[in-house]
Amino acid sequence: MSLLEIKNLGVMFGGLRAVDNFSLTLEKGDLYGLIGPNGAGKTTVFNLITGVYKPTSGTFFLDGKELKGKTPEQISKAGIARTFQNIRLFNNLSVLDNVKLGLHNRMKYSTLEGVLRLPKFFKKEKEMDEEAMKLLKVFSLEEEADVQAGSLPYGKQRKLEIARALATDPKLLLLDEPAAGMNPSETQELMDTIRFVRSEFSMTILLIEHDMKLVSGICEKVTVLNFGTELTKGETSKVLNDPEVIKAYLGD
Amino acid sequence: MKKNIKAVKPATKTSLITYAIVAVLFLIVIIMDATGAMSSLFRGLLVPICTYAILAVSLNLVVGILGELSLGHAGFMCVGAYASAFFSVLTEDTITNAWIRFPLALIIGGISAAIFGIIIGIPVLRLKGDYLAIVTLAFGEIIKNIVTVLYVGIDSKGLHFSAESSMALGLEPDGKNIIKGALGITGMPKDSNFYIAFAILLVTLIVAYNLVNSRSGRAIMSIRDNRIAAESIGINVTKYKLIVFALSAFFAGLAGVLYSHNLSSLTANTNNFGYNMSILILVIVVLGGIGSIRGSVISAIILTALPELLRSVKEYRMLVYAIVLIAMMIFNNSEKTKNLRSSISLKKFAEAKLKTRKGGTK
Ligand SMILES: Nc1ncnc2c1ncn2[C@@H]1O[C@H](COP(=O)(O)OP(=O)(O)OP(=O)(O)O)[C@@H](O)[C@H]1O
Ligand SMILES: [Mg+2]
Repeated sequence: MSLLEIKNLGVMFGGLRAVDNFSLTLEKGDLYGLIGPNGAGKTTVFNLITGVYKPTSGTFFLDGKELKGKTPEQISKAGIARTFQNIRLFNNLSVLDNVKLGLHNRMKYSTLEGVLRLPKFFKKEKEMDEEAMKLLKVFSLEEEADVQAGSLPYGKQRKLEIARALATDPKLLLLDEPAAGMNPSETQELMDTIRFVRSEFSMTILLIEHDMKLVSGICEKVTVLNFGTELTKGETSKVLNDPEVIKAYLGD
Repeated sequence: MKKNIKAVKPATKTSLITYAIVAVLFLIVIIMDATGAMSSLFRGLLVPICTYAILAVSLNLVVGILGELSLGHAGFMCVGAYASAFFSVLTEDTITNAWIRFPLALIIGGISAAIFGIIIGIPVLRLKGDYLAIVTLAFGEIIKNIVTVLYVGIDSKGLHFSAESSMALGLEPDGKNIIKGALGITGMPKDSNFYIAFAILLVTLIVAYNLVNSRSGRAIMSIRDNRIAAESIGINVTKYKLIVFALSAFFAGLAGVLYSHNLSSLTANTNNFGYNMSILILVIVVLGGIGSIRGSVISAIILTALPELLRSVKEYRMLVYAIVLIAMMIFNNSEKTKNLRSSISLKKFAEAKLKTRKGGTK
């Protein structure tokens, strides 16, 4: 059984078909790229499979479980985590707290146990601190644990967002332009981190990216979206040299 | 784009400092009382100060921690005041011990207000910003107007309600009319005192701080900072919003109990339970710094005590009051003074430590 199965997914915004008849199948452990020119509908695909938008047609499954119509909260619990193209951190909270929020549904104690400072509060908080610090180390953010997330430099904010997503222990990780705004050396480092995350957590990753160096460097396969529909898909090196794809990017 | 790296204040330190400040103030009051240095004017302010501080801290949970604007906080106070006053007048003869009666009144007032918090919370969950503010404003006004036309009596057959008059209740001769419309409730036992009010303020502070520094508090603040991101990591937004509304209303209800049991007769008007009061509480929160629990307490103390203490300078009273308001606003909200304050606070140490660890911030 495939990990992710998207079948004929589509959504309309007013008269605009932002995504139309989109299908994609990911196997466990895949590192897959979703590319296409600006406004092609890539982010909309992410918003559809995380429940931010409800599809007007088609459906999708994670591990055989249908998730169409579920809320973002339910989809997170089912095992899909994501980052956002326009970084969405909890800016006023510390870096550590941002990651601990990712652990919210994994290490639990009730509001009452928290307010009354019962033993479970101390036990679970300690577990959360340790687990969150482990994740921060993966992204070399452990020095900034107490820093306000909103005051981190851009590149680190992107990394923190990935750490927070991973903290939910997802089966599928969606990265929306993880290298946007990074310089070449940061991008290189990010590629190493993504590879590491994939092997360390045996993660399945679907990523959107405009940086073709990153895409060809780490994605085995890609799908190209154009005007909301699939233009082509296949092995990354072949697809990137496809004249149709080059034409789509350059415009007619 | 260069940003200043900011350290988040260590949570437990923040709360400990607040507890220390409150404890010192408590000691000062005790000493003044023991040495006879307390004027009757000042003594009369003690319960109101605690009441306003509780109101401000509880409103801050909604405004500062959850990040939603509520303009009907006095409505919850009103529910707590009326429900508990009703109970106390009813049981005055049967439960003669105030040490049993008053805690029960507090529980009844708090829980009634919390129920209203949830009732108002459910429909407004989908509302945000201005819309939420308008609905809560309306709620506060509706509650205030309802209690001014409400008649409730009790006799051997049970409770009787009317929106017309005492006569319409149709009470038996042995019956007792407790809530009398515009005349409100009379003959409450004066069960509030500074010690109980202070104890409740302390409980409010502990609950507020413990909540903020816990899993649930983080979830609530994540909704405030970025709701879409919060949902994307599986935070149950509805649940946490309701928890905040209920808890905030509960403490406002307790404040209402303290308020009503500090009077001998209770009526509802714009100044005690209407929008004037709701706005005043909001002003206290804003001046103390939105999201700062300690700020709410300090601001409540200053804004409650000031008008009274300024009575001696009569005609300049409002002028001085306005100047203090403006000064507090500037002190709390300008970048410069924020930096000034942080440079003399613990935060500086955290930042300095961070810089040396990183070998200079890039
Ligand atoms: N909520 C919405 N309401 C209306 N139109 C929308 C909405 N979200 C996206 N769109 C439209 O759908 C189309 C696809 O947008 P989307 O953000 O998915 O593009 P993208 O491929 O991610 O582009 P980019 O590379 O610039 O991020 C665009 O035309 C966009 O304006
Ligand atoms: Mg996009």
